[in-house]
Amino acid sequence: MNDLSYNEEHQIGLKVRGATKVYPGTLALNEVDFDVRLGAVNVLVGENGAGKSTLMKVIAGVEQLTAGEIAVDGKRVQFADTRAAAAHGIGIVFQELNLFPNMTVADNIFIAREKTRGGVDIDSRSQQAEAASLMKRLEHDISPDALVGELSIGEQQIVEIAKALAQDARILIMDEPTSALSAAEVEILFRVIRDLKKSGVGIIYISHRLEELILIGDYITVLRDGCITGSRSMAGVEVSWIVRNMIGAASKDFSKSLTHQLGAEVFRAEDICLPSKNGGFVVDRVSVSLKAGEIVGIYGLMGAGRSEFFECIMAQHPMCTGKFYVDGKPLDETSVAGRIERGIALIPEDRKGAGLVQILPIRENMSLSSLIKFTKRGYLSIKKERKAVADMVRDLFIKVASVENPVSSLSGGNQQKVVIGKALMTNPKLLLMDEPSRGIDIGAKGEVFQEMRKLAADGLGILFVTSDLEEVMSLSDRILVMSKGRVIKEFSQQEATEEQIIAASAVGHTTTSQKTAENRELQI
Amino acid sequence: MTSIASAGTASGNSNQTWLLLLLKLRTFIALILVFAFFAFAAPNFLSAANFVIMSKHVALNAFLAIGMTFVIITGGIDLSVGSIVGLCGMVAGWLILNGVDLGIGYTLYFNIFEIFAITLFVGVLFGAINGALITKLNVAPFIATLGTLYVARGLALLSSDGATFPNLVGNPEYGSNGLSVLGSGAFMGIPVSIWILIAVGCGAAYIAGRTPLGRHIYAVGGNEQAAALSGVKVNRVKMFVYMFSGFCAAIVGLVISSQLVASHPATGETFELNAIAAAVLGGTSMSGGRGRIAGTIIGAFVIGILSDGLVMMGVSSFWQTVIKGLVIIAAVVVDQAQQRLQAKVALQQQAALSKQEG
Repeated sequence: MNDLSYNEEHQIGLKVRGATKVYPGTLALNEVDFDVRLGAVNVLVGENGAGKSTLMKVIAGVEQLTAGEIAVDGKRVQFADTRAAAAHGIGIVFQELNLFPNMTVADNIFIAREKTRGGVDIDSRSQQAEAASLMKRLEHDISPDALVGELSIGEQQIVEIAKALAQDARILIMDEPTSALSAAEVEILFRVIRDLKKSGVGIIYISHRLEELILIGDYITVLRDGCITGSRSMAGVEVSWIVRNMIGAASKDFSKSLTHQLGAEVFRAEDICLPSKNGGFVVDRVSVSLKAGEIVGIYGLMGAGRSEFFECIMAQHPMCTGKFYVDGKPLDETSVAGRIERGIALIPEDRKGAGLVQILPIRENMSLSSLIKFTKRGYLSIKKERKAVADMVRDLFIKVASVENPVSSLSGGNQQKVVIGKALMTNPKLLLMDEPSRGIDIGAKGEVFQEMRKLAADGLGILFVTSDLEEVMSLSDRILVMSKGRVIKEFSQQEATEEQIIAASAVGHTTTSQKTAENRELQI
Repeated sequence: MTSIASAGTASGNSNQTWLLLLLKLRTFIALILVFAFFAFAAPNFLSAANFVIMSKHVALNAFLAIGMTFVIITGGIDLSVGSIVGLCGMVAGWLILNGVDLGIGYTLYFNIFEIFAITLFVGVLFGAINGALITKLNVAPFIATLGTLYVARGLALLSSDGATFPNLVGNPEYGSNGLSVLGSGAFMGIPVSIWILIAVGCGAAYIAGRTPLGRHIYAVGGNEQAAALSGVKVNRVKMFVYMFSGFCAAIVGLVISSQLVASHPATGETFELNAIAAAVLGGTSMSGGRGRIAGTIIGAFVIGILSDGLVMMGVSSFWQTVIKGLVIIAAVVVDQAQQRLQAKVALQQQAALSKQEG
């Protein structure tokens, strides 16, 4: 599998062999071999759910392997927790920042490893001095006394890196470090990375921005569905090679064979704007129109404003401006219940946090949005409810032992189907799906996509958000690409190519200023 | 689908299923054990007179615990119920004794039914204040209800300068007599307060099990964000639970005043803790989303019988407090065990299902 044409000047600091990780219902890692070379940037790339984050969690001691082994400097190790990993010089900068917004920069850097006098009294002066020197090394003038909550996301990222460096990390994992950074901040980060490389730190770098990877990486490893599909030195690697390995030659069957006539317009958004906390706009003048039976995919990187746009449609942001229309009539309801009644249903990205009430039974989760259908004069007919839920379970092929079991007992794919069922039970006209395939296995993915096709054929308008190129290419009748809150470009299914979509999604992220002129051209 | 699952589990894990059933019925089993123990150990425990007295004691706590259960299921807490009990007692007492001075040389007296209604309204009003603080002003439930605990208690003390309103027999001329029916009256040999408890208990259980509102209460406690995104009017649900809790507290205030034919401003101190204990003993989860009205009522009976039985056995009240605490801790520990086992059984059923499908 490994065509190891490595230049041998970089010594291998960490070796992963035969790593397998099983979660209930999914195989997240399947016999993965992975090397981390010191003094180099080891890039790890793959689609969402390919297993990148799981692999990193295993290396950082957050999760433990089901099978396989990890060796540091040739010696086999086992990390019971992050502390054990840190003791071997492994630091991680998480995708979701793990900082305490209520504490100062210095406090955050030394959390749980406070510098003390006699084990009791915190030596804040020496903590501050060291924090300041770390900030200098990272070319930032963030004060050690500043509250982390008051820093921008980019600055918080720098604090995370400083935290890892303060532990003398020899292997530093960066999980999508640039997703929230501005162009100038990215430049600084890259300088820091080159500097770290020189001092012999091995960096594991995860990102979705392919150009960026080619720019900064020395070695590249591609993961797909828990397996390594390519691993080589970065020299001579092109975007097309990465894309091919990420997606695979044999396309997954997402069944786009159904063809049907599109109906009248069911939904229209005009000039939707949502101001950002840090100035500017999270959602910037977005307009979309959707016909009955049409599937429109919105592609973009993290932070492109896609989920926020959905939240605006679902009345989650009172600050949002612009107009929505359902069936040509303005959507003025300000409550979620009102909008659901008008025929809008949302399938949120965060299934655990926003989609399901984990401790309630499957039945009660599924009927939660449509209880009124089973209620007459204040009496909720459990019989009718049970029948409707059973029908939905059958229609969606949800595998459940009993609908009375808590929804948490289901696998990710089946949980997702319960959320879909909940949305469908409200008889929607427009279905909003935020990352519908996140965290579910390939088989369930195919079923979810087939279901989407079928629903569209039944006349439902579907608007879905994804970071998965193949998904957006094969499912959508039309593709919108968003970046930095704006719709950059719209493609029809026939004209879209992977390269064009990736290029459009990176608009606003590129570092040179001439590119902005290009953006204007790209815009429609 | 259900039949497949039960066939799959019944063959392999009948022991587990039995254990789970036992754990689910644990509060009921505890009630039987406590009852059986005192039937032997305490003299006169089984007499009818004793039952009437005990059930009256239990009813007071049960009312509060029912209201508290809803609040806790939504993930909140209501510390103010004890004070609302005291305040509502004083309101009823004031209306019977003094009426409302309109300030034009004219005093308005109400008949007893109007007094009941006004007192209940005051309880609901305090619940609404709690609810508004929590939903509109975003105060944490613990703090908001701690605040109203002090306010209501202070108002109760102010109403009489700390004195008792004695001899609340009322005046037949104004139709304000008959308060004592609530506390000492009986219908078909069963005290009126128990009839009211049955009515409130059934009503609450109906709301919890058979109305969209009940479902929404569980959903809000289980995952507020998911509930809101599903179209549940979260604020309205929270307002309801606190107002219902205030309503239950007002009932208790009336019943106690009626039993004593007097109202004292310190009535109801620490009642909120007993109510929380009964709810927890009945299987209500403090983290929200889980709990049953029937369980809570049984929990109230366990606590009530335990303390009355210990009194009858002559156990010192200091020891009673220790024993009560131990029982509550034990209940929560067993509850955790049940949760783990339940999750395991559900996962096994699901695994068995996937095996069958290949």
